[in-house]
Amino acid sequence: MAEKVLMKGNEAIAEAALMAGCRHYFGYPITPQTELTAYMAKRLPKMDGVFLQAESELAAINMVIGVSAAGKRVMTSSSSPGISLKGEGLSYLAGCDLPAFVVNVQRGGPGLGGIQPSQSDYFQATRGTHGDYRTIVLAPDSVQEMVSLTIKGFELADKYRMTAMLLADGTLGQMMEPVSLDQGEIVTFEKPWAANGTKMQRPNNIINSLSLIPEELEQWNLTRFKRYDIVEQNEVMYEEYMMEDAEICLVSFGITARVSKNAIAEARAKGIKAGMIRPITLWPFPKKPLLAAAQKVKAFVTVEMNMGQMIEDVELATRCLKPVISCTRCGGVIPSPNDVMAAIDKACEIGGAAK
Amino acid sequence: MEHKRITLFAGHYGSGKTNIAVNYTLALKARRDMVMLADLDIVNPYYRAKDSARELEEKGIRVISSFFANSNVDLPALPQEIYAITDDRRWACVLDVGGDDRGALALGRLVPAIREENDYEMLLVINRFRPLTRDAESVMEVVSEIEAACRLPFTGIVNNSNLGAETTAEDILGSLRYAEEVSRLSGLPIAMTTIEEKLMPALQGKIENLFPMKLQKRPTE
Repeated sequence: MAEKVLMKGNEAIAEAALMAGCRHYFGYPITPQTELTAYMAKRLPKMDGVFLQAESELAAINMVIGVSAAGKRVMTSSSSPGISLKGEGLSYLAGCDLPAFVVNVQRGGPGLGGIQPSQSDYFQATRGTHGDYRTIVLAPDSVQEMVSLTIKGFELADKYRMTAMLLADGTLGQMMEPVSLDQGEIVTFEKPWAANGTKMQRPNNIINSLSLIPEELEQWNLTRFKRYDIVEQNEVMYEEYMMEDAEICLVSFGITARVSKNAIAEARAKGIKAGMIRPITLWPFPKKPLLAAAQKVKAFVTVEMNMGQMIEDVELATRCLKPVISCTRCGGVIPSPNDVMAAIDKACEIGGAAK
Repeated sequence: MEHKRITLFAGHYGSGKTNIAVNYTLALKARRDMVMLADLDIVNPYYRAKDSARELEEKGIRVISSFFANSNVDLPALPQEIYAITDDRRWACVLDVGGDDRGALALGRLVPAIREENDYEMLLVINRFRPLTRDAESVMEVVSEIEAACRLPFTGIVNNSNLGAETTAEDILGSLRYAEEVSRLSGLPIAMTTIEEKLMPALQGKIENLFPMKLQKRPTE
């Protein structure tokens, strides 16, 4: 195995994208993801790639649409307010059935908010902007996972012709950890649909999200959603942590899952049987393991850096069979293991678990 | 610990300048009075010298940092107090310079006075485990970019090769050739090799100018 290197999360995403074969990056700097843009600016020109700091986020996402239509692996990255600006383009990508890899290193909001970390774009990432469409949302909890999920993201985007979004937060983007860049074979796909020149040997490929006929537009949506069904069946990723005997099930993603693991150790030391289901794909959401857990555990605790967004998906997935306690901090504040421990205590009381 | 009146730590982004600057300042304070740490980082939004401000100030160290550091304001501004670095020569000053040429740019306004006084040491922090500075040639690119941005030549090297908490004594020993190669290409002496305190028993006596450090962490509530 290759020797490890020490990387910031933002740099690790950039390096992994290069490993995945991405040679086109379009973006606009914004804290706390700017290292990603800076890394691409340094590396891509040396690899015969294209780095372009666009005049705006709107321009950047439309450049992504163009390169994707030409059949190349392409990405953009930003932080919360910048992703909002890219929202229109994300919907156009979906309407055109184009693959793209998009990174959101979240900061506190709403509005201009702040530059400290948050997870408050969960709704935006999993629900998207206008129109009926889905985005594959990947939530890493370490710099190492930022590498593996970036490579996976490019693969899934091409496989299903849709956007894969890496949803990180400022802490993961800024923190440094040792990583292995040895990630095995890169999976690529033929793109017979790409608008990359007919060479006078085939009809034109037309890439378009506009339809003048309602029935036709409906059919496009139905076809697209059949593909989404396959994604939901095949691509759910999650981690089960100390769930064998758990009475309290924490549900958390990204950096707060790490805080939760510390809290679980503390709870176990006090005799509380706590475990965790960590969604790695936020869409498709791990509904089945959560519903199965709801048959066994006494209560759930969701831990997020927002006002409580993923909790809605947990309540839906578990059909509200058991109480769900929300543990949240927001505005750029990370919940402490004590915050999580207090929520676990509350869940024990409400759910009737042994303490 | 011989030292010049001003010690600057500069180098590639994420090479470990802040951690070294904080530890070096603490070591300096153990030897003399009137020690100041100036956080000149205009690049990093968080994980900054200001994270250690309370510990430093409790030990009587003066800390100069942007009013906006670690706040929600993303403003690459420096306080007027930084002129104390060159104006008030009673203080021994440690300067934590932001990463790469982008970070070193902020130093420019102090450079004429630093050159005139000529009692400074500008140390190049290197880490073999950072992907963009894995060989001496890539380090030399960073050196010329930084020197061009701040117009102050380096005077020595700090070998800060590490893999964070996973660093072993072998990793440090294996980095010595890299540091020597940087020294050969740049003509700069290796001023120190930094290690985490816990590796001291394994490495003491094996490397010249070892500088043991504590990892500075972001305070949690």
